[in-house]
Amino acid sequence: MMAFARDRHRVHPLSRRDFLIATAGAGAAFGFCANALAAMDPALPGGAPAPGTGAQFEPTLWFAIGPDGFITVNIIRAEMGQHVGTALARILADELEADWSKVRIVHVDTDPKWGLMVTGGSWSVWQTFPLFSRAGAAGRIALIEAGAKLIGTAPAQCSAKNGAVQGGGRSVSYGDIVHRGGLTRQFTSQELDKLPIKPAAERHLIGKFTTALDIQPKTTGTACYGIDAKVANMVYARPKLPPTRNASKVISVDDSAARNVKGYLRTITLDDPSDTVPGWVMVIAESYPAAIRATELVDVKWTPGPAATVSEKDLQDHAAALIAKPDAGVILTTGNTDTAPAFKAARSTVEQTYTTSTVLHFQLEPVNALAFEKDGVFEIHTGNQWQSLILPTLAKALGVPVTSIIMRTYLLGGGFGRRLNGDYAVPAALAAKALGRPVKLVLTRADDARFDSVRSPSVQTLRMAFAENGQVTAMEHDAAAGWPTQVMAPFFMPKGQGGAPYDPFAISGADHWYEVGAQKVRAISNDLANSSFRPGWLRSVGPGWTNWALESFMDEAAHHVRSDPVEFRLGLLTGAGRNAGALRQAEVVRRAAERAGWHSALPPDTGLGIATSFGQERDMPTWVACVARVRVDRATGAVSVDKLTIVADAGTVVDPDSAHAQIEGSTLWGLSMALHEGTEFVNGQVKDTNLNTYTPLRIADVPELDIAFIDSTEPPVGLGEPGTTIVAPALANAIFAAVGARLRHLPITPEAVLAAIPAKT
Amino acid sequence: MTRFTLNGRAVSLDVEGDTPLLWVIRDDIGLTGTKFGCGIGMCGACTVHVGGRATRSCITPVRAVADAEVTTIEGLDPAGAHPVQQAWLALQVPQCGYCQSGQIMQAAALLKDFPAPSDQDIDAVMAGNLCRCMTYVRIRAAIKRAAQVMGSGKA
Repeated sequence: MMAFARDRHRVHPLSRRDFLIATAGAGAAFGFCANALAAMDPALPGGAPAPGTGAQFEPTLWFAIGPDGFITVNIIRAEMGQHVGTALARILADELEADWSKVRIVHVDTDPKWGLMVTGGSWSVWQTFPLFSRAGAAGRIALIEAGAKLIGTAPAQCSAKNGAVQGGGRSVSYGDIVHRGGLTRQFTSQELDKLPIKPAAERHLIGKFTTALDIQPKTTGTACYGIDAKVANMVYARPKLPPTRNASKVISVDDSAARNVKGYLRTITLDDPSDTVPGWVMVIAESYPAAIRATELVDVKWTPGPAATVSEKDLQDHAAALIAKPDAGVILTTGNTDTAPAFKAARSTVEQTYTTSTVLHFQLEPVNALAFEKDGVFEIHTGNQWQSLILPTLAKALGVPVTSIIMRTYLLGGGFGRRLNGDYAVPAALAAKALGRPVKLVLTRADDARFDSVRSPSVQTLRMAFAENGQVTAMEHDAAAGWPTQVMAPFFMPKGQGGAPYDPFAISGADHWYEVGAQKVRAISNDLANSSFRPGWLRSVGPGWTNWALESFMDEAAHHVRSDPVEFRLGLLTGAGRNAGALRQAEVVRRAAERAGWHSALPPDTGLGIATSFGQERDMPTWVACVARVRVDRATGAVSVDKLTIVADAGTVVDPDSAHAQIEGSTLWGLSMALHEGTEFVNGQVKDTNLNTYTPLRIADVPELDIAFIDSTEPPVGLGEPGTTIVAPALANAIFAAVGARLRHLPITPEAVLAAIPAKT
Repeated sequence: MTRFTLNGRAVSLDVEGDTPLLWVIRDDIGLTGTKFGCGIGMCGACTVHVGGRATRSCITPVRAVADAEVTTIEGLDPAGAHPVQQAWLALQVPQCGYCQSGQIMQAAALLKDFPAPSDQDIDAVMAGNLCRCMTYVRIRAAIKRAAQVMGSGKA
């Protein structure tokens, strides 16, 4: 609670008296959100960072210390609920030996000096840990050197602790050192790379409980999200969305009915050189309700793109047809990929196909952006997860150099991967350019759903070959889905066999750590999906469906050889060869089974199912396992989830309470997608566009959660997503254990369960 | 002119009577703590109190609150320290935080009706508030904690 004890957190932004004065003029406009923020401190009401006091010491790009001793840590990652700034600042502050109560965070804008700006992949803590550890260490070394001078002793006689340098019986605070001036120590990147990271035993912030800095304003309504951004003279815009995501062309626009709407200004057809929003028509008004009303009254005729007749079935049939073509797709490098001999020689084989429906992000803050031109620079005010990706597109759309665009940073009302794709910034920018005044674009919920970069539906076929003794000799995993990275960031694609690029975020997870002999993983791009809609990265990306197939299949394989599903997995997690490290996965499997009472007696129609994963990618394994306990109603097929037991090994856990929260959230996301979500394409559009028919998990649907982390001092890895990937297969395996019904499609519906329950013999 | 009381202060606005209260609060008055989520009253992010009752401001025309007392998250407590807010902070309920104004307003109203709510009471009342980050476990725990604090305060 140390951070909360700081005075600036206790003072309400406007005392009651101020508030009364502020609203004294009826309807007087004021907002907590500071106008046109250059950077954001999520700990402060309205988000405007406190101005620095006096000359700052900046030993690296990543932080500054003022003469008042306050340390400002620069955060390039988006805050979307993971409390990322707190975790990253604590990494730096720990090595810096800082006084945590004097640490502030600032989420920065898109100055090129920050380099790649992306928040996704559960990468933030993993990637930043060495960088910020060394930045903190550099600062500590510089301050000790300068502090020693002030104390009048050698640096070797000094140490740093709690924001002060101590030596020779004296102590001088970091603030005083900076205040005295003369700090010039700089570190080259080579020098930084050589700085040692201190041993785990000496950490005093990492791994300890803290109150995340962004939480307090989120309890008082003073946190500032993109949708709250405003500037003087701005107008509101709502799009009139075309009938297809791609390739629609406007034939005619008739706004005569809209002209009766009070506050309606005009309708503009966007000319988009970047082809991000083809066929978009923007309805402009003085207020957003007026824009909503007017949009309903504007009559636009389009020539739709070819997707206008595409259905979910078309997409899935196409995926299945691609899987049936042996030469389709890209084979990943997984060691011995020549599986044919093993399948030929096999005593038995198993083959199954698994499918998943289209899923919406449904982040609660609909996408929005405020754009305007100021002094020759386009400012884009919006919440975003991958600024570096959308900036060049914005430049193309606006016909200006990237250096003439700056994106300001706001809190995200949910990211979940939706805002990795910054397409929503483009129409706001184009409209601002066309009108020559600030434009605030807000999508309604239904607009947001229709414009979503959904999780593509998928089809996967898995095969396994067994020898006489039940030993696994080969495995194949074919996965076909839309490829978001191919559509939006092809430069980001690694190469598989033969140098062919593939989307890692549509296959990762299939390249698992089980020892299965020859292993062939084939990633197939569903080109019909890619052209019909814009596939998106959605929380847990590829593993969100590959692990559904893999871990359901592992269960089926275990039953095929009459093995216990836990024992079967442990038998394959040998940690041999390229799978060195898999013993940590075996350990989470073992512990989850133990905690959940794997062999305990259960009531009728109740079952336990297990699933495990290495998380998002082999380079950054987060070992997770889940045991689901379910009850199935044989009469209705309804599945009640009693309990989810989750064990995670994420290496060093920087911020334990936030880490726990990420497992809670990601696990329930997995549950929601397994039982409660899913939509389908009908005539090129998603069928469900609001909560009347799209039904994510609600509070009453939450089962008991038992979450445990493995104590570890290994490097920290990502936590935002891995929990998502293990729930659906654990549930399906539990349903099988309960009533013998094998489910191979997500979402799992009562109707599907009912149909799959075998007749009692 | 529509007149009502907002967070204890009289306001009057020249807006069309069918304008949703949400946009009047957010854009005309400028209090942005109340959020736009679904626009059909099914996510709860826009929840305010009208006459002390939890109300979805996105589907409430402003004319419907004429002469009524409206309270938003900014007015729930002068110091932002209502027991529900304190419990939310202590248990670190918010993740992205976007739904939390609505959750807190709904929970504060819940505790007026059910000072010691059961799990079933919480399920029934909070079912209308979607949390996309899925902070439900902590929402439930924080409501119980706030109930305890409020209960002991009265005792």
